[in-house]
Amino acid sequence: MLHKLFQFLGGAFKHVITGNRTYYAWVAFLLLLMGYGAMGYAHQFQEGLIATAMRDQVMWGFYIGNFTFLVGVAAAAVVLVIPAYIYHWGPIYEIAIIGELLAISAIIMCLGFVSVDIGRPDRFLHLMPIFGSPNFPRSMLSWDVLVLNLYLVLNTVIVSHMLYKQFHGQQPNKKIVVPLVLLSIPAAVSIHSVTAFLYGGIPGRPFWNDAILAPRFLASAFCSGPAIILILLQILRKTAGLQIKDAAIWKIAELMAYAIFINLFFLGCEVFKEYYSNTHHLSHMEYLFFGYHGSPGLGMFAWTSVIANVIALVLFLVPATRTNFFTLNIGCVLLYIGVYIEKGIGLVIPGLTPDTLGEIYEYVPTKHEVQVAAGIFGMGFLAFTLMIKVAIPVALGKLQYKAKGTSAGDADAEGPAAHAA
Amino acid sequence: MAMNAEPKMPTEGCSHGGCDATPGSDPTGDKPLGGVKLSRREFAKSTALIAAAITAAGCGTSALETFKQTRLREMSHDELKAFLVKLEKRYEARFGTHVDVRATPHAEGVKFAYALDLSRCIGCRRCVHACVKENNQSRPNPEGTHNNPIQWIKVLEMDKEKGIDLNEAEPYYNPAEVPREGKFYMPVACQQCENSACTKACPVQATWKEPDGMVVIDYDWCIGCRYCMIACPYGTRRFNWGEPHLPKDQLNTNTHVLGNRPREKGVVEKCTFCIQRVREGRYPACVEICPVGARKFGNLMDPKSEIRAVLETKRVYILKEDLNTQPKFFYFFGV
Repeated sequence: MLHKLFQFLGGAFKHVITGNRTYYAWVAFLLLLMGYGAMGYAHQFQEGLIATAMRDQVMWGFYIGNFTFLVGVAAAAVVLVIPAYIYHWGPIYEIAIIGELLAISAIIMCLGFVSVDIGRPDRFLHLMPIFGSPNFPRSMLSWDVLVLNLYLVLNTVIVSHMLYKQFHGQQPNKKIVVPLVLLSIPAAVSIHSVTAFLYGGIPGRPFWNDAILAPRFLASAFCSGPAIILILLQILRKTAGLQIKDAAIWKIAELMAYAIFINLFFLGCEVFKEYYSNTHHLSHMEYLFFGYHGSPGLGMFAWTSVIANVIALVLFLVPATRTNFFTLNIGCVLLYIGVYIEKGIGLVIPGLTPDTLGEIYEYVPTKHEVQVAAGIFGMGFLAFTLMIKVAIPVALGKLQYKAKGTSAGDADAEGPAAHAA
Repeated sequence: MAMNAEPKMPTEGCSHGGCDATPGSDPTGDKPLGGVKLSRREFAKSTALIAAAITAAGCGTSALETFKQTRLREMSHDELKAFLVKLEKRYEARFGTHVDVRATPHAEGVKFAYALDLSRCIGCRRCVHACVKENNQSRPNPEGTHNNPIQWIKVLEMDKEKGIDLNEAEPYYNPAEVPREGKFYMPVACQQCENSACTKACPVQATWKEPDGMVVIDYDWCIGCRYCMIACPYGTRRFNWGEPHLPKDQLNTNTHVLGNRPREKGVVEKCTFCIQRVREGRYPACVEICPVGARKFGNLMDPKSEIRAVLETKRVYILKEDLNTQPKFFYFFGV
């Protein structure tokens, strides 16, 4: 058993360190990005969070904005398994594995963003049961820690099992995989809902204290997550020999059109409620779209987000643009931008501005925050690259353990590994 | 004290007499300082020491120290005593002078409350500065890299015509003389809520409500996530964004472990009604300094106290009353 595990790990490692020039250049770039981020974090660790632009008025910023966005990516990646199953998109295993790996990478980035945001990272164990004293079940943050970690473990177990079995030329154990995959779907919904409750459960922040927040989170996640997957599928189809039909991609795009519409509809509901009521609580939405009390606000970002989402809706709705890969990919990028703003700074900053006593502090992330965030994105992309590098050939049966010869090798001459320098 | 074999879950009600009388009291049971030690946790810690050593490797020995730390609320009497000695040593090394750290417990039948007369306050901010001095907040340090001044009281200047309207409030007013014509002033500090959003939000139970009413923080347990600040509807919690700047000659060496003892970078702090004073029969520093007598303080349980007289005879205003935070800080109109 242990012997077989080492074979798997050895085979995977060997495959990870071999690749063509583009692969090496990409990995080197990500490592550099991580190093750059680590330098930024070293500075922040030394100086304290004073290195960021966050202050007592706006105490969460760019880091938690990225965290919130990425929870959505993690949630949506797995939910794509449902239509893949219902519509028989052929390589259901591959799509499931891509979704799970994207979820794992997104959660890694989420945990990274939370870690760099806390003032005393050396005390992180206080969050854990047994070692610490989680304020469970009262604190929504301790719920979030719980569901995110469970989700990470769940996806890691599923993917590891599937790849391990296939590496050894066996079928994954359906009795293990199917229930776990089914469990991962409500788990995906729960991580995003709990993250929404983290905001929605704060009565002192009217911009967030809203029943529609969790549905909004889910709707926007079903835009941004699949947007990433659509582009990934196209890349992997070209580079890793993944067989995926155009029709499957167009079907995902069609489903996304509904999600974009629902997301925009929810936004409209919020806008109606705030503007028609016209209470003091409107100040936050004013700050988001138009500026407030002489402060410019976030109008540039907010309108970019809305316009990007609307154009994406049109591109995904019209069959001609949906089935044209050029316009489809433009739509994906626009959607990514739109949701990134909406669930990032467009959610966190206006929720905190003006602050609870009416003060307006203009938060703009510092160079260090951007630097640290770049490093965390580098880490997530690297994790995804390395995992997918092994996972796709294994899932396609190209990378398998061979009883004779060396421990493991490529069974097929296709894929990036074949072009190794 | 006998070993407590049954692990106490955080959901258990407060075993303390002082808590029971409180309507709407915290369901987690805000266990007061100096409770019974948990044997379960001690066991867990010893088994997990290896894991701790691995995690501590990156952060130096202080992480290991931090890990071995027990929460203040779970310390036995002896543990607490030892911890105070350790703290005093830590401060001796940091400031080169002795800092007295006490853990004066709450008294039975006491619930502190505060009242502030909006008709009288002139907005002079003497309370703000007396508070900074008394409670060892970080001072301005414009030349240093860590300019992170902290004030627990924020005084808002508002228009008499508009009334209490936070969106129109000015916290940075700076005229030659106060009060200004047509303005009134509203100092805001921790409202010491009975139904406190901050203690509910804290993911690690590092902040809680003491039986005599003050919401306090365990500075050695806080992870600095700032979710309590997100939750607080009054904006009264402060974060040590950088290393606090506290020169030795400005240090108040008379401290309480849950109150004004010097803090470190990366943790949250807040007003405690001057716990180091009020538990020893003195008034908070802001009450003492107020030149117009706008600030009243006392024991809510004592029918003859000044605070009860204010509540019974004056028109009282509760800030953000609609949020059901049930503050023990009341604004009133004396005239």
